[in-house]
Amino acid sequence: MQETLEQFVRALRAADVRVSPAEAIDAAKAARAVGYADRALFKDALCATLAKSADEVVRFDQTFETFFRRDPFSLLEPEGDPGPDGEDRDAAEASGAAASELAQALLRGDSVTLAQAMEQAGERAQVSEIRLSTQRSRLTRRLLEEMGIGEIERIIANARRLPNGEGLGDRLDRGRRALMAEAQAYVERQHELYASGSGRQLREEMLAKKALNADGGIDPVDLAVMQALVKKMAKRLADRYSRRRHKANRGHLDVRKTLRKSMAHDGIPFEIAWKIKKVDKPSIVAICDVSKSVAAAAQFLLTFLYSLNEVVDRLDAFAFSGRMICVNDILDDNGVEGAIFKVLSTIGFQQTDYGRSLQDFAEQHLDRLDRHTTVIFLGDGRSNFADPRLDIMHMIQQRSRAVIWLNPEPESYWGQGDSVMHRYERFTHVAKHCNTLGQLERIIEDVLRTYSAH
Amino acid sequence: MTLTISQTAGARAADPFASVDALVEGLASVGYIASRRIATALYMAANLQKPILVEGSAGVGKTELALSTARLIAKPLIRMQCYEGLDESKALYEWKYGKQLLYTQILKDRMGEQLSDAPTMDAAMDRLHGMGDLFFSEPFLEPRPLLRALREDDGCVLLIDEIDKSDEAFEAFLLEVLSAYQVSIPELGVMVAKTPPLVFLTSNNVRDLGDALKRRCLHLHIPLPDAALEQRIVATRVPGIDADLTEQLVAFVQNLRTIDLRKPPSISETVDWARALVLLHAGSLDPVMVRDTLNVILKFEQDVAAVEPQIVELMARR
Repeated sequence: MQETLEQFVRALRAADVRVSPAEAIDAAKAARAVGYADRALFKDALCATLAKSADEVVRFDQTFETFFRRDPFSLLEPEGDPGPDGEDRDAAEASGAAASELAQALLRGDSVTLAQAMEQAGERAQVSEIRLSTQRSRLTRRLLEEMGIGEIERIIANARRLPNGEGLGDRLDRGRRALMAEAQAYVERQHELYASGSGRQLREEMLAKKALNADGGIDPVDLAVMQALVKKMAKRLADRYSRRRHKANRGHLDVRKTLRKSMAHDGIPFEIAWKIKKVDKPSIVAICDVSKSVAAAAQFLLTFLYSLNEVVDRLDAFAFSGRMICVNDILDDNGVEGAIFKVLSTIGFQQTDYGRSLQDFAEQHLDRLDRHTTVIFLGDGRSNFADPRLDIMHMIQQRSRAVIWLNPEPESYWGQGDSVMHRYERFTHVAKHCNTLGQLERIIEDVLRTYSAH
Repeated sequence: MTLTISQTAGARAADPFASVDALVEGLASVGYIASRRIATALYMAANLQKPILVEGSAGVGKTELALSTARLIAKPLIRMQCYEGLDESKALYEWKYGKQLLYTQILKDRMGEQLSDAPTMDAAMDRLHGMGDLFFSEPFLEPRPLLRALREDDGCVLLIDEIDKSDEAFEAFLLEVLSAYQVSIPELGVMVAKTPPLVFLTSNNVRDLGDALKRRCLHLHIPLPDAALEQRIVATRVPGIDADLTEQLVAFVQNLRTIDLRKPPSISETVDWARALVLLHAGSLDPVMVRDTLNVILKFEQDVAAVEPQIVELMARR
């Protein structure tokens, strides 16, 4: 059982449930405490020790069901009564079927023996080491060989050559085919357990590095994965940075306060005051370009904005292409897909006009900026040869704590054609090429960190 | 000798932690209707002596589980509410600084006398050393919840409520307490619990807890209950409620949860509502009654506004 548990832990890890060795030991203890007799109890006990969050519980349930599912073998029932038939027995003796355990089990339709044999063969063939879907057919073959399929094939051939062995051969052949189907299903299940998860991990890693404005945008297949990824990133950032308001700094005496309080006690310091450091919560104004030129990236910038909005308290989000609007309410009131769709249909995909949009911002929302605010621009800085209104940009820079510009285009493109990126760049504290989710996360993290660093 | 044996046998028969089923029954007898999963987690926590981390949305009975367990095993419950800025001195122990100071002030003259006849400076110092430790001893120690729980020699239930509201630093500090059931106090040494307390941590998932903490705990997620379980809970919590009314109101609440609301009603709201309806002598649900009492189950103005026009439809849906 120990080994089975270890295998199960491996399957869990493949399903993205993090299990540490200590937890695996706990699980073994738990299993010993509750026993294996009651399946539901066993499952609940393992669940309590291994799955440590609500969505891990969901994944645990799935993995448990797949891992401990053993469908009964759907072998053909042996027709008639094979035993006493004299001819059959002779044929069995002559072909060697009588001496082979596997053949006997097949003939009897003994699913329990066969299932056990398959488990053992599976261990010998190391089916659980499966990594890629292309390994399936090879492993199926290995599994069958370990079970002794070669022997069965030889027996079938022998039986067919015998004058009265045709019936036996046919029956064995049917059994063989059923066995092969079972073996395939077995390997398939192992693949599902151990390999499908690692495939997803690989894909997530790749997606984090994939260019957001790549030709043709993101594969629709990856869209859901990508959105989940973005959410995860935003949550991670917010977890780390949104909750540090007070940093109690005990150990540093606040002498002035203590002396003042001691006045009442004849100068004896009965009440001691300690210095408390206040840490600012990040206050962010995010301005996102959703025009045609950044269409592919816009969706993900918005997703990121959306996720960030869910977790950062003080975030003001704006979107613009021809004009600029505040999208706080849209992000607050809708689900992620709905919100993105709504933003894009309200304002998206028009001709970019940076000057006009900045003017909108200056007229209506300039009061959102103060010396604690970090302004993040997400855009390509292509203004279609309109006036870029650098004066407003200058004003924004003056009023805010930091201006950060994230541009999906590589730096070599800046300043080419209608790009006024270099001119805007002068009014930013940081201007960076940001083209993948990985980069996006890193930059936003830097922004948030500056708040807690001192 | 015989007596002790029969006593332990008697105790074992009544031991609520004998099996999961016994635990379900035991909890039911103190008014907590637990699902098998909840009972299993609790059973494991007692058997493996591990803290148990309870997650779930507000009002599904996380805190209540700890209270009921304490009632069940008849041990004191020590509760620690977490909040931002909670630190060691409020969670573990504090020196009674005021008392120390007061005592030194009162004893000032005494000490002066004692020291005055010391022939040399060294001798005076030696005497002072002897007195110094007086002020850092147990009488001047103010134990806070964690230390109190460790010093309960007969064991207790320690509830660390809303751990997700505390800082990461505090979480790290908890690790020693939770894994070894001991704390180190520099002036007094390491304090080890004679009987490890049964520890409950609850979390509303305001932030993700650190892996180190999660790893040391068993995890229990309490979901919103299904209709049958909820009916049993209401029936247990609100004695004297009509069976028909229970069924109707639970069905209504279950329907409410399928709508997209800011805060879907959880068990505590259902129970409150049931109490309110009993107080109003309602025999069955009718739309007017529901509209008047909607504010008991829905805690946001928008939610109430969204649900009001649908009341009749929601009541009809089964």
